[in-house]
Amino acid sequence: MIRARGLVKAFDDFTAVDGIDVEVRPGEAFGFLGPNGAGKSSTMRMIGCVSPPTAGELTVLGMDPRTDGPRIRAGLGVVPQRDSLDEELTVEENIWVYGRYFGLPRRLVRERAAELLEFAQLTDRARSVVEPLSGGMKRRLTIARALVNSPRILLLDEPTTGLDPQARHVLWDRLFRLKREGVTLVLTTHYMDEAEQLCDRLVVMDHGRIVAEGSPSALIAQHSTREVLELRFDTADHAAHLGGVEGVADRVEVLPDRLLLYTPDGEAAQSELHRRGLEPLSALVRRSTLEDVFLHLTGRTLVD
Amino acid sequence: MAGTGTTSGRVAPGADGGTAPLTGGWQAVTAHWLAKYRRVWFGTAITSFLSPLLYLAGMGYGLGMLVDRGAGGIDGVPYVVFVAPGVLAATTLQVAAGETTFSVMGSIKWDRTYHGMLATPLGVRDVVTGHLAYVLVRLTMAAVVFFGVAAALGTVRSWWGLLAVPVAVLGGLAFASCCYAYSASLTNDRGLALMFRFVVMPMTLFSGTFFPIEQLPGWLQPVAWLTPLWHAVDASRTLVLGTADPGGVLLHVGYLALWAAGGYLAAVRVLHRRMVV
Ligand SMILES: Nc1ncnc2c1ncn2[C@@H]1O[C@H](COP(=O)(O)OP(=O)(O)OP(=O)(O)O)[C@@H](O)[C@H]1O
Ligand SMILES: [Mg+2]
Repeated sequence: MIRARGLVKAFDDFTAVDGIDVEVRPGEAFGFLGPNGAGKSSTMRMIGCVSPPTAGELTVLGMDPRTDGPRIRAGLGVVPQRDSLDEELTVEENIWVYGRYFGLPRRLVRERAAELLEFAQLTDRARSVVEPLSGGMKRRLTIARALVNSPRILLLDEPTTGLDPQARHVLWDRLFRLKREGVTLVLTTHYMDEAEQLCDRLVVMDHGRIVAEGSPSALIAQHSTREVLELRFDTADHAAHLGGVEGVADRVEVLPDRLLLYTPDGEAAQSELHRRGLEPLSALVRRSTLEDVFLHLTGRTLVD
Repeated sequence: MAGTGTTSGRVAPGADGGTAPLTGGWQAVTAHWLAKYRRVWFGTAITSFLSPLLYLAGMGYGLGMLVDRGAGGIDGVPYVVFVAPGVLAATTLQVAAGETTFSVMGSIKWDRTYHGMLATPLGVRDVVTGHLAYVLVRLTMAAVVFFGVAAALGTVRSWWGLLAVPVAVLGGLAFASCCYAYSASLTNDRGLALMFRFVVMPMTLFSGTFFPIEQLPGWLQPVAWLTPLWHAVDASRTLVLGTADPGGVLLHVGYLALWAAGGYLAAVRVLHRRMVV
């Protein structure tokens, strides 16, 4: 569906995307995970054929964005990072006018708009003007609108940023449904739980480059241990406790507010600390997540 | 639930052998602006009906009384007859400026509707053409209403005067396309306020709208000749008075068409540079 080789995006003298290789297969959910400024949106905009690549190869739906932009865009649904709704129009009017951009007949657009509003749980707001709606409602409308042309690929740039947990779960559920219906999903996020929930495969991006690639579980298996023991101490500098935990875990990461001990068996590590007489304020054993993968690969946390 | 309905027949338009059109084209953009306009049309309709009445009553008859008594009108016609075609052209200028400033900047920066449009098969050219086509609709409505009121008040002296409507509309379009290009190039709205104050306002006052440009200091006259408004005013006025000569009108129209075309090309270029990065 999407194939990129050595894809580059440069703005003046700044390189936002620095030669990435990506392959997205039909029907899968593919994610770009990375911190602010990693180049996720720049990549999505190139795939969406609104931003011409600076260098490299890009094929979307088997076509070249340089020559077939409009034809490719006809088969895409785009949820940009920042909503681009017409705030003065009503919810349903937003979908109607958008459907016409694709040259869809008015009757078809109206039918589909009704279905999509149902899908996005906005039916009872269909006639309200967009401007006063909550952020989550606008986001759902943006997604509904992106589906008006029955796209084969849905591009979602941070679909759930700014939503409350419940709204995120509703949205995830909707995305699962689309996936089951065969829509290829490409999304960016800096929420590791979102990436783990939604993505079959993902790439971790940092500074415009891809630093790892695979399924969430494969990435965790490859770049982290099974479990993590999180320790908080009553101290300003957690690095001071490095000596005390030496040898207990395969690897230790120091964060401003805690120590992370990477080990296959968190319980065992915890008893070992207890035996040494170490008294942290709190100790928590959990499974490794993509956050740990990211921390390991880049030395930084995802959400800052 | 919409699960099946929304997504059945999941085929991209245009990928199915080309039966469905690939894009709605610029007409879809015009449809968007008209949908927005529907929410406010009543107010603008009242405005475009009342403002000629007020102008012609206040300027034409009130001020006209003084002019006519003192100087016997302008070039032998009553002041109200002189000023009506001037205000007609100035009105389309106002509408043109009103529809190609904040709405253009807002669509780029604020509610970002242009970003939404360009994520679909539409291109920059469709966005500009569709927007200006909508402006054309607005200009035509304003000019027709104004002309109707002016004619009802007996200020139109020739059937040729009907042609003043398309001429004034073309004048508005000539300014609209340039104004669009300017608005699309701005990164904040301070430049828009400046434009109203230092372009729209002086042009309205000094392009022969309210008095002949021969009254201007000599060095200012060539400046007035350059403005699109003067050409629209002069052509409309001779048509309404029935003193038009075809060559003169064609020259005016040609000049305005040049502005419209140049502004259009600039607008497409500027918006492309702004949006396709
Ligand atoms: N139009 C532009 N002109 C100049 N620089 C840009 C432009 N767009 C993006 N950049 C820069 O490119 C880099 C990558 O931006 P991008 O928006 O792709 O990051 P991102 O991964 O989406 O980040 P975020 O998580 O904050 O959305 C940033 O440093 C940004 O400042
Ligand atoms: Mg981004």
